[in-house]
Amino acid sequence: VLLWGAGMIGKKRKNIVISGGGTAGSIIANRLADKLNDEYVITVIDRDDVHYYQPGFLFIPFGIYGEKDVIMSRRKFISEKVSLVYEEVQKILPDENRVILGNDSILSYDVLVIASGSTIVPDETKGMTEGWRKNIFDFYTLDGALALRDVLEKWEGGSLVMHISEMPIKCPIAPLEFVFMADWWLKKKGLRDKTDIHYITPLAGAFTREIASSYLGSLLRDKGISIYPDFVTEKIDSKKRKIISYDGRTIIYDLLVAVPVNMGDGFAERSGIGDDLNFIPTDPYTLQSKKYKNIFIAGDATNVPTSKAGAVAHFQGERIIENIINCLNNEDPVPVFDGHANCFLETGYKKGVLLDFNYEVEPLPGRFPFSIIGPFSLLKESILNHMGKLLFRWVYWHVILRGRNIPFVSPEFDMKGKKRPEKNESPGD
Amino acid sequence: MQKEIAGKTVQVDAEGYLLNMDDWTKAIADAIAQEEGIMELTDKHWQVIDFIREDTKENGQSPSIRRITKHSGISTKELYELFPEGPGKKSSKIAGVPKPVSCV
Repeated sequence: VLLWGAGMIGKKRKNIVISGGGTAGSIIANRLADKLNDEYVITVIDRDDVHYYQPGFLFIPFGIYGEKDVIMSRRKFISEKVSLVYEEVQKILPDENRVILGNDSILSYDVLVIASGSTIVPDETKGMTEGWRKNIFDFYTLDGALALRDVLEKWEGGSLVMHISEMPIKCPIAPLEFVFMADWWLKKKGLRDKTDIHYITPLAGAFTREIASSYLGSLLRDKGISIYPDFVTEKIDSKKRKIISYDGRTIIYDLLVAVPVNMGDGFAERSGIGDDLNFIPTDPYTLQSKKYKNIFIAGDATNVPTSKAGAVAHFQGERIIENIINCLNNEDPVPVFDGHANCFLETGYKKGVLLDFNYEVEPLPGRFPFSIIGPFSLLKESILNHMGKLLFRWVYWHVILRGRNIPFVSPEFDMKGKKRPEKNESPGD
Repeated sequence: MQKEIAGKTVQVDAEGYLLNMDDWTKAIADAIAQEEGIMELTDKHWQVIDFIREDTKENGQSPSIRRITKHSGISTKELYELFPEGPGKKSSKIAGVPKPVSCV
């Protein structure tokens, strides 16, 4: 790559600013640090030095992981060539190529990467705040997951309701994993027959795409979990423990495990660059901002129509580098991302299911990454899938964040090993 | 596939959404509304439909329910009363724009 020809000598150094030092931000910073010489300054902005292993939050309420299993220092996983600034982003001035930080200091950029993630906003649902951490809990934050663990420890039975407020949410399979895990955990504790598990979703089924939705829907049925599709929550009455939909349905809960509305960082709104949920309008294939040529977006912060998930952040982070470099060289961006997502879904009993899909192709049954030998099974429960999920934590810290490639797993989606089921044939059979 | 709606032959997808939003006419909107069980389109219905069409033209994608209720002057509760059972899907179908992407 000819990034720094003779023309660069004596010129001002170029600045790449990355807003967000999470999964996408760390991967991009590390990969850029490997590729670029010292004519380039790479800066990551984040509020603090705590990097959460978010896929691990799911295991905390059931006492499988503790706090120490999901926390690391951001600094430890970002190349020494990258400077880290611990500040809020107050505002982005895209027409001036500047970022204003919380302490009013200003960073100028040649290329800006927005990787500021998504966060839960309980205030967006009427009545949720009143019952928050009283009888409404979450597992999308560390303190939420820990509080939920404490509640479950004292659980004696009743109505356990899993609730999704509005799409899109980070890791759309996590609420399914939660009820599968809860079913298993309650059985072990001898509390399953004293507990009704209800699954409330604004989607038309268990998942967004048809084949996976029917397969995961049948798993819910097999485990005796009731599903309430197309349930769009109007309000919650936490005193009466009621959750009420716009079309007039009411469900009573003793414990509500909620996925509140997910939104992008508030600076999107303050800067006038976000959509109605503060996600940044992004070209789904080039990952360039739809409005600004020198802004690129990766991870949960985009509005592209694929899962908000670590695997997506990883695949985007791997491929976005090409377009950042194109931009630094004043070249046009090229299509680099196909919507590829790859998610291990825990189903309890030390089993898991693997989903692999992209913008065009929905999750299909088969084997991954190799045909026949797998070793992982797509849209089918297996113990190896569960082991894959547990191993993934190591891979996350030591391979993915460092900006290294996972052997045999490509950022591009591949039909290899996948098979579209015949009509009337249920996947996984 | 082709479909005749309100005397006009138009291209629709498998679920009956217009493939070309420029094929749309007010008569087509009335006809689709009736198929969807809405017998009469009131001023409030039109307020939503007009917003959806303008917003889709401007942004190149159908607006979400959140976007409709934030900018059209119609509340979510009203939207559910106007287009019962799936207001996002129904209103976009009547407005002649693609089904809104429900993100995965």
